[in-house]
Amino acid sequence: MADLITPELVDLDLTATERGEATKALAERLQAQGRVTDLDQFLADVRAREAQMPTGIEGGIGIPHCRSVAVTEPTLAFGRSTKGIDWGAADGPAHLIFLIAAPEGGGAEHMGILAKLARKLIHASFRDSLTQAPDPEAVVTLVKKEVLGQ
Amino acid sequence: MKIVAVTSCPTGIAHTYMAAEALEQAAKDAGHDIQVETQGAAGAEAVPDAAIAAADAVVFAADVEVRNRERFAGKPLVQTSVKRAINDAPGLIAEAEAAARSGATAPVAEAAPAAAAGPQAPATKVDEGAHLGVRLRQWLMTGVSYMIPFVAAGGILIALAFLIGGPEVANKVNGGTFGGVKYAGVGDDLSKLVAVAGYAGLMFKIGAVAFSMLVPILAGFIAYAMGDRPALVAGIVAGLLANEIGAGFLGGLIGGLLAGAVVMWIKTIKVPRGVAGIMPVVVIPLVSTLVVGALMLVVVGQPIAAAQRALTSWLNGLSGSNAIVLGILLGLMMAFDMGGPVNKVAYAFGLGALASGNLKVMAAVMAAGMTPPLGLALATVLRKNLFTRAERQAGEAAWLLGASFITEGAIPFAAADPFRVIPSLMLGSAVTGALVMGFGNTSRAPHGGIWVVGLIGKPVLYVVAILIGMAITAAAVIVLKSMGHSETEIEPAASRQATAT
Repeated sequence: MADLITPELVDLDLTATERGEATKALAERLQAQGRVTDLDQFLADVRAREAQMPTGIEGGIGIPHCRSVAVTEPTLAFGRSTKGIDWGAADGPAHLIFLIAAPEGGGAEHMGILAKLARKLIHASFRDSLTQAPDPEAVVTLVKKEVLGQ
Repeated sequence: MKIVAVTSCPTGIAHTYMAAEALEQAAKDAGHDIQVETQGAAGAEAVPDAAIAAADAVVFAADVEVRNRERFAGKPLVQTSVKRAINDAPGLIAEAEAAARSGATAPVAEAAPAAAAGPQAPATKVDEGAHLGVRLRQWLMTGVSYMIPFVAAGGILIALAFLIGGPEVANKVNGGTFGGVKYAGVGDDLSKLVAVAGYAGLMFKIGAVAFSMLVPILAGFIAYAMGDRPALVAGIVAGLLANEIGAGFLGGLIGGLLAGAVVMWIKTIKVPRGVAGIMPVVVIPLVSTLVVGALMLVVVGQPIAAAQRALTSWLNGLSGSNAIVLGILLGLMMAFDMGGPVNKVAYAFGLGALASGNLKVMAAVMAAGMTPPLGLALATVLRKNLFTRAERQAGEAAWLLGASFITEGAIPFAAADPFRVIPSLMLGSAVTGALVMGFGNTSRAPHGGIWVVGLIGKPVLYVVAILIGMAITAAAVIVLKSMGHSETEIEPAASRQATAT
């Protein structure tokens, strides 16, 4: 199985100011790494999920995600925005953006990893570490340690 | 405290698990045990039935339908969005604590047999029997909890209609004679409703329609609790037929259980994969509705009509006998099924007596029909912890319903726990019926309750008779419910200690 996250999938200085743009910026990284085969299809699937109910949660987190036929491997792309982007949470804009891409019909093992990742997002210590991470490598190390135990 | 929770969201890869984690953290911080079923893409590992049985409260944090939710029927429930669990899990846990506290009697009674049997105990014959009793109560409570809003909305509208429009409002809408005046009624043309019967008549009509759904909703949601969505139609139709054949709430209760049982049985039949897809949408509803409907009409309907005829002629034969004995009998009948076939015979007997100029029988019938909701309302105030939260809410409405001679206000209590509640109601009503006959009260009104006290002979004694019956019913129901609970309360306390050490 390919890595859940690599340094190329991390953008510590998202310039986008709007939900759609930010998602697209991160999705392009997924495409560049071969994790997404059809960018338009993938973005449409993310939008469809977002339209059901915005995925932002309190504490400055946005979690755009979808299961899509355009996804090859379960993958996380991570973005950090200093200014913040409105992600539909009641308490203000999101500073940490987790774009979770799941393949359609992914096996239990794949989904289990994403489930573990989702559980980690709740923990303030995990969020704080990500907020303070100095470079993309640090983010990757942190995610691997916390989610995969590596 | 023990909590079980289900989390689910549209995609099932992110929020489902975040909510689960947040709930687990919050429960741990508050010192509770929690088991979370994540109905997400990674596959749901079902919470064991034993854990559900032992749980003090259930939390649903779900943006999509919780699968197999009937497993949780009858438990104190907090239901919210998945985001709420993520954003404010500690608040949600606090709500679950409150739900467990306020619904205290239900989980104690329900958890007892399962806890005593131990979570891993193999299913023996005895356990199965105990388990059925637990589930039966959960099924009934589900039906009751959906029915209570209909009792409250319909009953209070009818009571207000009497209050505003006077006791003749029912006859203005439905026709008939009141106080010597003959009313034509509105007939089929409801556009004339307000012109003929006024806004009180409008309220009466709306209330009456809401009330007519009481038995169908009870039967439908008993069946729903047993067999999930496919069972709803057979249950509701059974309830509607119970109305049609005059079988009352007891008929609806039986019809609902019957519908649920038939659906549960059909579900056990193995069918080819091609047919399986249309089973819950077409086959199960069709077959179960036909079977249960036919049973209601043929097997239940005929005996009820025959019994009603026999009771009527028996009562007519008793007319000349001791008035107090007649008062006791009418009281017992009024309270037995609260608007069902037996109650109707007693009420019709009172109407017949009224038409022939005997005003005493009607007075006894009305008073005996008022004490059941009043007595239960009093009991919910005196001993809160013997009643579930739903029952206590029904108790608040029951004051007004009882005072207005709307005996149906007692149905939620009787449907949830018939063997303790109905005898208590009959006892109080019998005493009130006897007292009214003994005092020699009269009533020129066929309905209206306390609001027509101006038409009652010796009104002070009449109120005294009602208050005495009400107190007796409240005392009896408290005693019977306390007796039932003292057995079950010792068991789980002991077994919980055993698991804790």
